[in-house]
Amino acid sequence: MKRVKHFRIYRFNPEQDERPYLKDYVVELAEGEQKLLQALVRIKEQDDSLAFRRSCREGVCGSDAMNINGKNGLACLTDVDSLSEPIVLRPLPGLPVVRDLIVDMTPFFHQYLSIMPYLINEEPPPERERPQSPAEREVLDGLYECILCGCCSTSCPSFWWNPDKFVGPAGLLAAYRFIADSRDQATNERLDRLNDPYRLFRCHTIMNCVAVCPKQLNPTAAIGRIKELMVARLA
Amino acid sequence: MTMKVERYTFDAVIVGAGGAGLRAALTLAEAGLRTAVLTKVFPTRSHTVAAQGGVAASLGNSTPDHWHWHMYDTVKGSDWLGDQDAIEFMCRKANEVVIELEHFGMPFDRTDDGRIYQRPFGGHSMNYGEAPVMRSCAAADRTGHAMLHTLYQRNVRAKTQFFVEWMALDLIRNSEGDVLGVTALEMESGNVAIFHGRATIFATGGAGRIYASSTNAFINTGDGLGMAARAGIPLEDMEFWQFHPTGVAGAGVLITEGVRGEGGVLRNCHGERFMERYAPNLKDLASRDVVARAMVTEINEGRGCGPNKDYVWLDLTHLPPETILKRLPGIREIALQFAGVDPIQAPIPVVPTVHYQMGGIPTNYRAQVVVPKGEDLEVPVAGFYAAGECACASVHGANRLGTNSLLDLLVFGKTAGEEVVKEVRSGTLPLKPLPKDAADQSLARLARLEQATSGERVPEVLRDLQQTMQKHAGVFRFAKLLKEGVEKILAIEERVQRTFIEDRSRVWNTARIEALELENMIEVAKATMISAEARRESRGAHVRDDCPDTPEFPNGRNDRDWLKHTLWYREGNRLRYKPVHLQPLSPETEPIAPAKRTY
Repeated sequence: MKRVKHFRIYRFNPEQDERPYLKDYVVELAEGEQKLLQALVRIKEQDDSLAFRRSCREGVCGSDAMNINGKNGLACLTDVDSLSEPIVLRPLPGLPVVRDLIVDMTPFFHQYLSIMPYLINEEPPPERERPQSPAEREVLDGLYECILCGCCSTSCPSFWWNPDKFVGPAGLLAAYRFIADSRDQATNERLDRLNDPYRLFRCHTIMNCVAVCPKQLNPTAAIGRIKELMVARLA
Repeated sequence: MTMKVERYTFDAVIVGAGGAGLRAALTLAEAGLRTAVLTKVFPTRSHTVAAQGGVAASLGNSTPDHWHWHMYDTVKGSDWLGDQDAIEFMCRKANEVVIELEHFGMPFDRTDDGRIYQRPFGGHSMNYGEAPVMRSCAAADRTGHAMLHTLYQRNVRAKTQFFVEWMALDLIRNSEGDVLGVTALEMESGNVAIFHGRATIFATGGAGRIYASSTNAFINTGDGLGMAARAGIPLEDMEFWQFHPTGVAGAGVLITEGVRGEGGVLRNCHGERFMERYAPNLKDLASRDVVARAMVTEINEGRGCGPNKDYVWLDLTHLPPETILKRLPGIREIALQFAGVDPIQAPIPVVPTVHYQMGGIPTNYRAQVVVPKGEDLEVPVAGFYAAGECACASVHGANRLGTNSLLDLLVFGKTAGEEVVKEVRSGTLPLKPLPKDAADQSLARLARLEQATSGERVPEVLRDLQQTMQKHAGVFRFAKLLKEGVEKILAIEERVQRTFIEDRSRVWNTARIEALELENMIEVAKATMISAEARRESRGAHVRDDCPDTPEFPNGRNDRDWLKHTLWYREGNRLRYKPVHLQPLSPETEPIAPAKRTY
């Protein structure tokens, strides 16, 4: 069914605008167009100056994270008919806006890179695969599927206050993904690097991250397990 | 446009940070070469991330397997258009590159004894076609995601230098035709720079977005092919496009063949498992081209499902829910999101959807780009390599087997890296001086867009291009439609030269990026339509109404006249042909002799 949708979208072009503003758009959507990203593509056909990131349009590349009616999410996985109008779109909060819905993700990736996001195992690799039991592998479910969209960290008040010092939910989820991997040998070093008043312990289990994760992951639980390991190590 | 053009110098310049680009980068960075990786999107957003079902390797973890069986399946799958030296090379290297990924930390699913989990997949068989084999190494149904993130993570460890959100614009060649690097546009600043390298490796992926209905991401616009074509490099076998049997009807989003590997079946409106009629042996696990045609035949003959009878059902409801939750969790999410059905309870509506480009930039099994020069049809272009979907090695020939694309990008990405390391170390890849006009073509393209005050809107031209491809070069091809398609695409090309954008900004001007991408897509569209119109036989994914199954030409395939690769040149839309490599790489390897393809 064709229907008309009203939007209010955050606009800012650093070459022209002194300050950001909200711009109204009206768009008619065809029957098959059910996702917010499809509506954005239609709006861009009206106004080619609207800038946003997008790629896979199926929720696996993590490009089109934005703030949708006040809540972070992926445009490609959001049903446009589920949103109250006008649909207000803003860039992810807590990161510098470059233009329109495009933020500078550098602080987010900086934290991801800080947790040594790679398997560490210094033993010479065997000729075949390193064995891992199905149970050991199952531990990684809910950890490795992160798409680095940034919805979680940019909805976290602790990350807003200290994006330079607090690793944030996405980075900590990745940290635990390697700690939990039976093949990884750097648990102690990983914990050492998180043992600081800010990097791990700024998580106050507000759980916004869990509420917004478009992949239904649970960074708060992962952070809790890291804290448990940290405590167990003291005993 | 007056613009200062920055110049950066590297040993190797890699364009693209999907699986092939990251695998090449890893070898180069670990060898200590100065390496730049340019990418339109942050590396983990590259389209490799969307691959689902697995990567092929004859590890034999769950059923007996052998690389020569894999080679046989691949040659047969290619409808004998694949080069047997490159296919042997790939199949023999499969175990090495997959095991290596496991060592890098890839979270493969596991067998009870702790080895990599493998599942059956279309066209992969035991003992030369006898029965399905478990060859696809999988991380649930998120194998591409797990692989791309693992490769990115390993590159972080190797301190690879990335230029993120840079779009390569044009290939730089000197008067001898050697490749010296690329020009590129930084999206955030709008600046143009020259990346000057001893070696340039293209890993730019496919161009599935030239079709209206595609499983591909927005970024898959064939940028590497456009750059190569504009620089005078021919494109090989572009008539061969894979329609994946199971795209979600309407949405186009991919549903992995791994669903059928785990036991899912296709049904028509009578509930009939119709693949039993078309492929009595492998049934739903026949090759993708065979399954896609069977589906379209069912729909055309009135046995489609739904109110308009325009799709078929992919039925998983007979599978144990645990299998779906454990092995196909991503598929369940996609079905819920994009089809509004829970596959545990109801079948998924699916249609064949454009998925993969078998053709590309001509390469040999060493990932060197090769072009005709005089009598020799395969002369390496100095300093130029390509790997992954943008390249045509050719390991997929006229039809790719599922799970062979992730294998292709690992094997040839790594090989490209190794070749460049070897050549840089032996001194055979000197840094050659840049011509004075190295950036002129790119600056002229940008200036045209900057100065145009009226013209054709990019989304409108793109839509016409996509609809023309969809209608005139689909699952089944018709001589008359192909002929008209060529005329239409050439008319659209004129419009591409007259595009106009309103956005005049430098910072994150995505309208400009889309206009530049369209200039690449039109090259791919021309190559496809013109090569398809000219190939007067049916082979693999290219099946024509005027080339039916006859005793003289089984399945419509004409080995007498058409067992050869197409090369399309942009200049004058010229075509020429080169022979298929029917000899494997090693003298002791048994060649796979052409035969009629049945499953």
